[in-house]
Amino acid sequence: MNTTTSAALPARDLAAMRARIQSGIRRQKIFALTGVLFTSFAVLVLLAAFLDLLFDGLPRLSWDFMTSFPSRKASQAGILSAWVGSALVMLVTMLAAVPVAIGAAIYLEEYAGKNWFTDLIEINVTNLAGVPSIVYGLLALGLFVYQFGFGESILTAGLTLGLLILPIVIVSSREALRAVPIHIREAAYGVGATRWQMVSDHLLPYSRGGMLTGVILGMAEAIGQTAPIITIGALTFIAFLPPLPVTGEFPFLSLEWIWSEFTVLPIQMYNWVSRPDKAFQVNAAAAGVVLLGMTLLMNGLAIYLRYQVRKKIKW
Amino acid sequence: MRLKHKLTRNLKERFIELVLMGCGLVAVFTTVAITSILVYESIGFFQFVSVWDFITGTVWTPLFENPQYGILPLVSGTLTITAIAMLVAVPMGTVIAIYLSEFAPHQLREVVKPALELIQAVPTIVFGYFALLFVTPLLQATLLPDLPGFNMLVPGLVIGVATIPTIASLSEDAMRAVPMAMREGAYAMGSNKMQTALTVVMPAAISGVVAAFVLAAARAIGETMIVAIAAGQNANFSFNPMEAAATLTAYIAQVSMGDLEHGSVGYRSIFAAGLMLLIMTLVLNLIGHFLRRRYRNAY
Repeated sequence: MNTTTSAALPARDLAAMRARIQSGIRRQKIFALTGVLFTSFAVLVLLAAFLDLLFDGLPRLSWDFMTSFPSRKASQAGILSAWVGSALVMLVTMLAAVPVAIGAAIYLEEYAGKNWFTDLIEINVTNLAGVPSIVYGLLALGLFVYQFGFGESILTAGLTLGLLILPIVIVSSREALRAVPIHIREAAYGVGATRWQMVSDHLLPYSRGGMLTGVILGMAEAIGQTAPIITIGALTFIAFLPPLPVTGEFPFLSLEWIWSEFTVLPIQMYNWVSRPDKAFQVNAAAAGVVLLGMTLLMNGLAIYLRYQVRKKIKW
Repeated sequence: MRLKHKLTRNLKERFIELVLMGCGLVAVFTTVAITSILVYESIGFFQFVSVWDFITGTVWTPLFENPQYGILPLVSGTLTITAIAMLVAVPMGTVIAIYLSEFAPHQLREVVKPALELIQAVPTIVFGYFALLFVTPLLQATLLPDLPGFNMLVPGLVIGVATIPTIASLSEDAMRAVPMAMREGAYAMGSNKMQTALTVVMPAAISGVVAAFVLAAARAIGETMIVAIAAGQNANFSFNPMEAAATLTAYIAQVSMGDLEHGSVGYRSIFAAGLMLLIMTLVLNLIGHFLRRRYRNAY
C-alpha cells in the first residue's frame, strides 16, 4: 500500500498519504465498533429471551407446581409427571449411549487402522451429528415403536436420544483420549501390557474427566430435545407416574417402568405454549425455567469440569 | 502353561477389540437404519402418490377429505424461514467472528466464547416461546402492526439470532487457524488490523467460514420447535415472510401430535417429508464437511 518512502515525496503527497492512513484507522474503528455492537446485540437478544421466560415463569414456580400432575385448570397444573419422565428417559439415554460411545471412541483412537473401514465409521459419526433431531424421531417411530414393538415408552425415548447424543459423546471422548500423551502408552507397552490392559489401566482413568464432560454435554443436549419425542408419539396429558422400580416381592427390582407411557418437560412446555389461554402460557414459562435451569446447570458443570481437568493435568 | 495363558489372553484381546468395533459400527447401523426406514416408508407413500405430483404439487392437504400431496408449500416455508435466518446470522456471525478473532482483547474472548457455546445448548423450545409470546407481540406493537400472530418472519429472525453463536464460533475457529506469520506479513506491509482481517485472514479462512454458513443453514432447515410454535401449522405455498406457513419439520411434528393410524398414507407422508428434509440437510452437511476438511488441511 504505502510502498514509497515519505522523504522522497513532496508535502502534498505526504498530506494525502496521512489522510489515507487516518481514514483507514477511522474505518477500522468503525468496524471494531460494529463488532462490539453486533456482539452486544446478540447477547442482549438472548438475554431478553431468558429474562422474558424468567419474568413470566418464576412467580408461578412453587412446590405445588413441581409436585402436581397436569390439569385442565391452569392454576392446579404441575410438572410432576414431566420431570419424572425426563429423569427416567435421561437414565435410559445415559445407560444406552455412554458405553457405546466410549467404546466407539476407544476403537477409533486406539485400535482402528488407517483404512476404508475406519473412514466409514468416521464419516458416519460426522454425518450423524448433522442429521436434524426430528429425523431421529422418525427413525424411532419406524424402528423402535413399530418394528421392535417397544411402543411409545420410556425405553423408546431413551434409546432415541441415546442415538442422538452418540456423536457428541464420541467426539468429546476421542478428544479426551487424544489428550493422553503417547509416552504413557509406550510405557505401558514397555512393561508388557496388552492393548486392552493399557486402555483400561491407563487411558481410561486418565481421560475420565474429559469423557465425563462430554457425557454431561450430551445429556444437556438430550434433555432439551422436543422434536424426536413428539415424533415417537409421546402423550402430553399424563396424570400418573411410571411404576416404581422397587417392589415388595422377590426379586424386589422391577423394570416395568421402561415400558410405561410418559411425558417430558419440553413436551409439557410445548403443549402449554400452544394453548391460547394466558394462564397456561405462564405454566409453560415456569416449565421452561425449570428446563433452562437444568440445561444451564449441566453445561456449567461441564465447563467447570473441563477447567478442572485442564488445570490438573501436568504430564 | 505359559502358552495356554498367552492363548486365552490373545483371545480375550481379540474379543474386546470386536466388542469395541461393534460400538463403532452402531454409528454405521444408525445411518443405514435412518436411510432405510425413510426410504421404505416413502416407497409405500409413493405407491399412493406419484413422485412427480409430490415434488411439483403446490397444495399440501394430506389430512383433508380430498387429500393432495404436493411438497412445495412445505419446502417454500422451510426455505423462506431459513433464508431469513441466514440473512440475520451470516453478517452478524461473521462480523462477530472477525471481531473476536482479530480485535477483541484476550480476556473478552475467553468470556464470550464459552457464553456463545452455552447459548447453543439452550433448548430451542425456549426460543419458540420467546418468538411467539415476546418477539411477535413486540413487532406487532411497534414496527409491523399488520403482522399476524403466526408468521414466517419472526421464527426466521429468532432462528437467525439463535444461529449466530454457531456461525461465530465455527468461523472464529477457522480464522484462528490462519498462521500468525500471515498476519505479521500484512502488518509489515503497513496494513492496519481491519485491512489484515479482511484482505489476508478472511481469504485464508474462507473455506472454514463458508463451511460454518453451510452447517448453520443445515441446522436452520432442521430446526423444529421454533417454527412449530411460531410459524403456524398450515401448509402455504408462499415466500412472503408476513404470512403463516408450515415447514417440513413443523408438519412432521404436527402430524405426530395427532393420532395417526400406522401404515396410513398420512403416516407415511411424514416419512416422505422426512426424506426430503434429510436430503436437503445431507447435501449441505456434505458440502460443509468437505470445506472444513479443506481449511484443516491447508495449514
